[in-house]
Amino acid sequence: MENAGYLFAAFTVVWAVLFGYVLYLLNKQKKLQEEINLLKESLKENKGSK
Amino acid sequence: MKRNILLLLGLGLMIVSLYLVFVWVPTEKMMGIVQRIFYLMVPMGWLALLSFLVVFIGSILYLIKRQSRWDIIARSSAEIGIVCTTLALVVGSMWAKPIWGVWWTWEARLTATLVLWLIYTAYFMVRSFATEESRGARFAAVIGIVGFIDIPIVALATTLWRGLHPPPLIFQEGGLAPSMLLTLMVSIAAFTALFFILLALRLSMANGEVDIKQLKERVG
Repeated sequence: MENAGYLFAAFTVVWAVLFGYVLYLLNKQKKLQEEINLLKESLKENKGSK
Repeated sequence: MKRNILLLLGLGLMIVSLYLVFVWVPTEKMMGIVQRIFYLMVPMGWLALLSFLVVFIGSILYLIKRQSRWDIIARSSAEIGIVCTTLALVVGSMWAKPIWGVWWTWEARLTATLVLWLIYTAYFMVRSFATEESRGARFAAVIGIVGFIDIPIVALATTLWRGLHPPPLIFQEGGLAPSMLLTLMVSIAAFTALFFILLALRLSMANGEVDIKQLKERVG
């Protein structure tokens, strides 16, 4: 089991970075969807007031 | 629906790949357990090249058709590409240290991969420095096309220049054992599926940004 630390470190780094990237994308997408909903609502309000 | 199928396929392949890497495949006699990093390092390198291929195609189509969707595809792929190239370099160092005794050496393939990383970085730098978005997209597209020259250099580096890096013996006689080749192929397939999942996510995010821009213009 010599050098097993390198193997463990390599897999940990790759999975941590990829997992972090997926979380970043999902989080950003959620925020964008919230902003889209807000803008759609204000567009509806604008149309209603005219 | 398509994305769910891709997600299930990617997850399934990844589980099988991890089983093959950690349980099924025999340990290589010369390098020992650390050789298993190979099943991570090669797919990462492959994704770096695949990403740049998508950037190359997207950039050409953007310059010809001037449709922003091609720029969005190229930009999204470049972002995944820079992540994968960084990981390929980091994982490569973790493999090099126990095998070669050094974290880094100016060997042909390593240097060409570092150049690829720098090209990806330049791709994003010209975007951030450009005063207009369309101008930045055009400059980036040119880098995406010219930078593609580095791809055959990375792929053929071990054949063109003899260095520390092993030559491409994977499919040749006396190369990888069948069990190792199967493990490598499954790992590459699993990470390729992951690439398309990430690309779908990133494209969906980019399309959301376009929607917001259009809605803001309408709201005024």
